[in-house]
Amino acid sequence: MDFELTNRQKQIRMAAREFAEGELAPIGKECEEKRDYPREIIKKAAQLGFVGVFIKKEYGGLGLGTMEHVIILEEFWRAEPGFGQIFSQTTFGADELLLFGTEEQKKKYLPPLVKGDWVMGFAITEPEAGSDPASATTRAERVGDEYVINGNKVMISNGTEAKFLLVYCLTHPEETSKSKRHSILIVETDRPGYKADRILGKMGLHASDTANIYFNNVKVPQENLVGKEGNGFIQLMKFLDYSRVMVAGDGVGLAQGALEQAVNYSKKRKQFGKAIASFQATQFKIAEMATLVETARNLTYKACWAIDRGNPDTQLSSMAKWWACNVAVRVVDEALQLHGGYGYLDDYPIERYYRAAKLLEIYEGTKEIQKLAIGRRILGIT
Amino acid sequence: MNFDLTEEQKDIIRAAREFAEKEFPNISQECDREEKPPKHLWEMACKLGFVGVFIPEAYGGQGLGYLEHCLINEEFWRVDPGIAHFILAGTFGSEMILLFGTEEQKKKWIPPLVQAKAITGAAITEPDAGSDVSSVRTTAILDGNEYVINGTKTFITGGTIANYLQVLCLTEPHIESPHDRFSVITVETDRKGFEATKLRNKLGLRASDTAEISFNDVRVPKENLIGTPGRGFHQFMVFFDHTRLHVCAEAVGLAQGALEQAIEHVRKRIQFRKPLASFQVTQFKIAEMATRIEAGRNLYQKAAWLLDQGRVESHLIAMAKWFTAEVAVRVAEESLQLHGGYGFIGDYNIERFYRDSKIVEIYEGTKEIEKIIIARALLGRY
Repeated sequence: MDFELTNRQKQIRMAAREFAEGELAPIGKECEEKRDYPREIIKKAAQLGFVGVFIKKEYGGLGLGTMEHVIILEEFWRAEPGFGQIFSQTTFGADELLLFGTEEQKKKYLPPLVKGDWVMGFAITEPEAGSDPASATTRAERVGDEYVINGNKVMISNGTEAKFLLVYCLTHPEETSKSKRHSILIVETDRPGYKADRILGKMGLHASDTANIYFNNVKVPQENLVGKEGNGFIQLMKFLDYSRVMVAGDGVGLAQGALEQAVNYSKKRKQFGKAIASFQATQFKIAEMATLVETARNLTYKACWAIDRGNPDTQLSSMAKWWACNVAVRVVDEALQLHGGYGYLDDYPIERYYRAAKLLEIYEGTKEIQKLAIGRRILGIT
Repeated sequence: MNFDLTEEQKDIIRAAREFAEKEFPNISQECDREEKPPKHLWEMACKLGFVGVFIPEAYGGQGLGYLEHCLINEEFWRVDPGIAHFILAGTFGSEMILLFGTEEQKKKWIPPLVQAKAITGAAITEPDAGSDVSSVRTTAILDGNEYVINGTKTFITGGTIANYLQVLCLTEPHIESPHDRFSVITVETDRKGFEATKLRNKLGLRASDTAEISFNDVRVPKENLIGTPGRGFHQFMVFFDHTRLHVCAEAVGLAQGALEQAIEHVRKRIQFRKPLASFQVTQFKIAEMATRIEAGRNLYQKAAWLLDQGRVESHLIAMAKWFTAEVAVRVAEESLQLHGGYGFIGDYNIERFYRDSKIVEIYEGTKEIEKIIIARALLGRY
């Protein structure tokens, strides 16, 4: 066993922290208020090498692991969840291309992401297909050398900003097995018939782009198929083993940030003539929060390690996702509580963290889906 | 990072599991009912090398780490916490001699513990000094070349069966700081004036011996002092950083056993014409239990690994202690719940595990004390 990060990983963490504290945190509140999608910051982060570190060198990345990517996400979320989310979704879906894409697809679509020229997304969810992606009805019909896509998807990260999306489409509605009906297609967002409406009514993470998207006879060449026809569901499940661990890292970072704010605030805030940190009730809260963050981080790193040694562990990924995101929600709630009335105002960042946190328990598989995945696996139920 | 155990560690786990599964189940109910420590199993465990693996080879041990000691604890507790506690508490207290004893003391008192020739223990708690260790009133007064000890201690593991105990005594009552008033003295239990009364009707761990002990002008030679006069309190704080870890392993082992019992039961038990395992609520419970155990195991193994590297991180150990203990209590409770009425009847092991579990949140530092330690590391002292 070895629970130590390598020196390189420690350096990456320090560099990411420095960048996040220096460049992201100071403008977090403003971007949240203006709902500003900060393109230039993405470019800057890319220049500094923080974007897509897990992408192989031949496709422009650093060829590092999921662990390093997660460390960066953790630091960004710690400093400012709004930017954390923006960076989480910048390369969201790249693992699917790395896992199942052709050499040409990887060469074409991955390098611009790492340079910060493009951002991407993965469009799965539909109005009637959330936790149940096998019910997706966005139709892709093969006509000659092309696919013709019709339908709409909701709550899609980077729907308006992405250069291209991976789209989860129904290609084989006649298949009896629901898990053999779908295929994943690359759709460039400048194709005729593609439309995106940015969603502005989110509870938090306002700076990041989330959109409802519409496909009206959108045509893409057959080379845009990722992996195999009819294999979309299986490919999506494989992808989730990776992406869920990244979201777990997001949760760890947000929780760490909230914990530190609670520590700082409770040392400064005086009531009854003493710092509130001197009350046992505060001490116990802080101890519990810190322990939960520690458990979440270890679990997340273990799941990263499993991926990076070539053995993604579905059960462990689900455990990390549920646990770390639940920890984030619990810790940020306690942190806001310790801020009292001030926590409810936007004078302190904790209010922003609180609003951001809840999404972590919902996207990339709700906590309920994670528990089903874990429970059924252990009990041998399919 | 590397979350894998070594082949040697895996072998230790396999051997410990095999021994426990073969030897414990036949007698576990009887030992619990009759409050009887199974001495022959302790002798066998010593012979097979499960007792005191962390003891250096120079003193008869295997010179392995504390992590390996924890792994054995985990496997034994998984099968039967009471018997496991009795067998492995035989070296409890030896850590004090190993950490602070002289060469002569180590040579004299350590080897018999792994040769099944002696049992030791640590005697700290008194009727009015539990979490508040520095209120200990058992006195040791130097008279020529001997200490004369008077006082009463309670809840002492192995009190009626131990051959010698490391006793925390008040030796410098005049010193201003309450933390600098104590010394640790090894007391052989066959000395005149030593008396032990077995405490019966414990909630759990009934196969393990617990006693009230009294010292009535017990005289021991000055050479029985372990460490430095006046440093006893501090020595015990270092001691706890070690012994708390094996309590974590106890907790994780107990929880693992309770989880496995739940899994077995819900697969077999039919209600509403289906196995309980097919209900979502059962699947969720199993998922939550398994995730908590995974989080607890990673946390304590990290702390144990660090300790074996010579890095004592008290707050991390405290985190692991309360968290794993709470996992044990919650998982045992949920497992009993899944057993329904049968869980309340002694026919199933879960009833015993449920009773056994509570102690891990109490001994070796209550969960409240652990949280204070963690909070001090984060907030400073108040």
